[in-house]
Amino acid sequence: MIVLEKRPQPSKAWSYATPLVAVVATMVFGGLLFAILGKNPVEAIGTIFWEPLFGEFSFYYRPQLLVKGAPLVLIAIGLSLGFRAGIWNIGAEGQYIMGAIFGAGVGLAFYPLDAWYVFPLMVIAGAFGGWIWAMIPAFLKVRFGTNEILVSLMLVYVAEQFLASVSLGLLKNPEGFGFPGSRNLQSYDAAHNAELIAGSGMHWGVVAAFVSVIFAYVLLNRHMLGFHIRLTGEAPRAAKFAGVNPPRLILFCLGVSGALAGLAGMFEVSGPSGVVSIDFNVGYGFTAIIVAFLGRLHPIGILLAGGLMALTYIGGEIAQSQLGLPAAAIQVFQGMLLFFLLAFDLLTNYRIRAARSEVA
Amino acid sequence: MTIPLLSLQGLTKAYPGVVANDHVSFDIGDGEVHALLGENGAGKSTLVKMIYGLIKPDSGTMLMRGQPYAPSEPRAARADGIAMVFQHFSLFDALNVAENIALGMENPPPMGDLAARIREVSENYGLPLDPYRTVGDLSAGERQRVEIIRCLLQDPKLLIMDEPTSVLTPQEVEILFETLKKLRSEGTSILYISHKLEEIRTLCDHATILRLGKNVGECVPAETSARDMAELMVGSALQTPERAGRALGPVALDVTGLSVPSPSEFGTALKNVHLTVRKGEVLGIGGVAGNGQDELLGALSGEITTAADAIKFNGQPIGRLGPTARRKLGVLTAPEERLGHAAAPDMSLTENALLTGSVRENLETRGFLKWSDARVFAERIIKSFDVRTPGPENAARSLSGGNLQKFVIGREVLQNPEVLVVNQPTWGVDAAAAAAIRQAILDLAAQGTAVVCISQDLDELMEISDSFAALNEGRLSTPRPTAGLTVEEIGLMMGGAHGMEVAHV
Repeated sequence: MIVLEKRPQPSKAWSYATPLVAVVATMVFGGLLFAILGKNPVEAIGTIFWEPLFGEFSFYYRPQLLVKGAPLVLIAIGLSLGFRAGIWNIGAEGQYIMGAIFGAGVGLAFYPLDAWYVFPLMVIAGAFGGWIWAMIPAFLKVRFGTNEILVSLMLVYVAEQFLASVSLGLLKNPEGFGFPGSRNLQSYDAAHNAELIAGSGMHWGVVAAFVSVIFAYVLLNRHMLGFHIRLTGEAPRAAKFAGVNPPRLILFCLGVSGALAGLAGMFEVSGPSGVVSIDFNVGYGFTAIIVAFLGRLHPIGILLAGGLMALTYIGGEIAQSQLGLPAAAIQVFQGMLLFFLLAFDLLTNYRIRAARSEVA
Repeated sequence: MTIPLLSLQGLTKAYPGVVANDHVSFDIGDGEVHALLGENGAGKSTLVKMIYGLIKPDSGTMLMRGQPYAPSEPRAARADGIAMVFQHFSLFDALNVAENIALGMENPPPMGDLAARIREVSENYGLPLDPYRTVGDLSAGERQRVEIIRCLLQDPKLLIMDEPTSVLTPQEVEILFETLKKLRSEGTSILYISHKLEEIRTLCDHATILRLGKNVGECVPAETSARDMAELMVGSALQTPERAGRALGPVALDVTGLSVPSPSEFGTALKNVHLTVRKGEVLGIGGVAGNGQDELLGALSGEITTAADAIKFNGQPIGRLGPTARRKLGVLTAPEERLGHAAAPDMSLTENALLTGSVRENLETRGFLKWSDARVFAERIIKSFDVRTPGPENAARSLSGGNLQKFVIGREVLQNPEVLVVNQPTWGVDAAAAAAIRQAILDLAAQGTAVVCISQDLDELMEISDSFAALNEGRLSTPRPTAGLTVEEIGLMMGGAHGMEVAHV
């Protein structure tokens, strides 16, 4: 019989190795899945991982990596702070939408004023939109002890309805011939989150993502607040003993994750997307949960995981168009990644041993 | 001579660092209510777990009606007619009484038959209970009835009851006693575990007293005074303290009329606690676990905030201050639970040193952490308190209980506290480490620190404390000088007799 034996202390080596092992296992079993679907597994895996980086059209795909990766990293960094402390914000998607609506709303309110302060105000509004949306579950949890998982998740659907409402009403383009969706912010220079270097994919959201990684790293490793966040996740009672004020921590963690998700939404709507429309959100807020765990809730890990996830997104799209793989197969492939990561994670704290069964 | 129902012969069970049971022998006769009496940690639970097949003895034998009896698991014990009612119930709130009982049975009969049986047994023994009620709606006393009826349906020969009255109101206690007397009259033996002396005197035919894992005496409770039993339980070999008559400083910690509800469901609320501790004084607080010790520590550490005036430090109200602010003033605490409360198990010793040391040891500047200083502090604790570990980067959980306890106590002691509150400072710690910890507490007091030591180890309290008080159901007895306190007085301060008087009011 195989038994799991708890290690006296977590294995450093395994905590670094598990993401790699998980990626390899995903390749193996994903390849198997593709083979069952009648595709050449080596070619499929190659398309997903190789094509976007080094393929013939990589000049187009590489900037896309930044565009897709930035919101994932930005959101995941925020989520990871809460996850570290055992505060589960599952509703980043909603906060992302609200950030986009608030940011775009401010921008459109100034239309067509050409002033330098329009974009900074949009940034603040976007962060505020995400923050206020996250404050709803935070306040309810602190005041009434509600479950933040459910409340934040439900608010995603409220935000989606709100998005549909403003796309068809409040923010609808008056010159849009009755089509749903706002004016395109890409053609309003003062509000456009343009590429900082043309053709690089590098926009302000990418900068914000990198800054957030550094910010989170310093917070978690060098600051008392970060220490208290980790302590709360590891041992809530010890955290209370150390002087942590749990309600304040809940407000902080949900607030930061909401604000960062809001920022991500705002940078997206003013840049790559350009338009507030019914189908504006594509699931970054949910995928960021995977990114956060894939990166082991560590800022640098999240940066790498965000890149990897963006790669599978773009590679997956290429595989869909070139090899005719169904979109669902790509999603399964991404799900496998999280599944294997969590499964192999066990090895950090446990070792597997063969043992004879013994009747107690 | 008749063959006893169950005969225990030289049962021994050792855990790392502690011998829970050391050659315990006694007999339980047919139709006898046999009391197992002892302080917490005396080894009562370990003993009954061996009888019920939950753990195996290291050595010694058990005979049931003269036949060797060695249950490998509780199911085997039940098959041999032994049933047990645990102190903490294992019931599913969402299911009804009959469903809960069926879950514990090997071959449950159809629900209708079972419900009828439950009704029959419950009425027979004066424990009215509706089999279709949801367990979540039942009171603690009624839940206990479910557990008892679950046992009675097996027709046990021996019923083990672990501290059954700890969750009951006085009225419920009387009903329970009627049931137990009826069971006895039908020939069922009962092994009754308790530390409430008056209860045992009313109910039990025979008592075995355990202290530190050893059988230290037997008596017929009805013919023995509560005082004598307390003495047996506590041990007459208490060392007299050698610290009496030292000059003490002004009052450092003043607790007046402290009443707080327990933060936990199974906790005990503190009721009107008064105490003062002077500089250089060690106040020992005894009492059986679960009588408000954790709550008292929480209220003093700042984890539970109270009315500002209820707790004063050097005359300054601190009841509303949180743990960090109190640490800044010099009020430090060390909780009982090492892993998860005093220390974070998966974090390194450096991080755990930071946990309480950041304020007084100056390990942060405007929120930013000084890791190298924290590491130095951790190394200092490890060195001064002889903590056996390869280094401060090791996780707290990798340390043995005694070593971690030395670390946790050392962390507070080295911060030069003005007031130090410790709960169970030597619980589960080997003798050498315990002596070192006590010495550190005494040294601290000699330097003028006011110390509150909450403990269930009376020997320890007698050894280090200048005055003594006992917690009983969240009330604290008036502290008295340890010098001149007799064993009987201590036993009565913390024991059942005092508690029962309160209950009868």
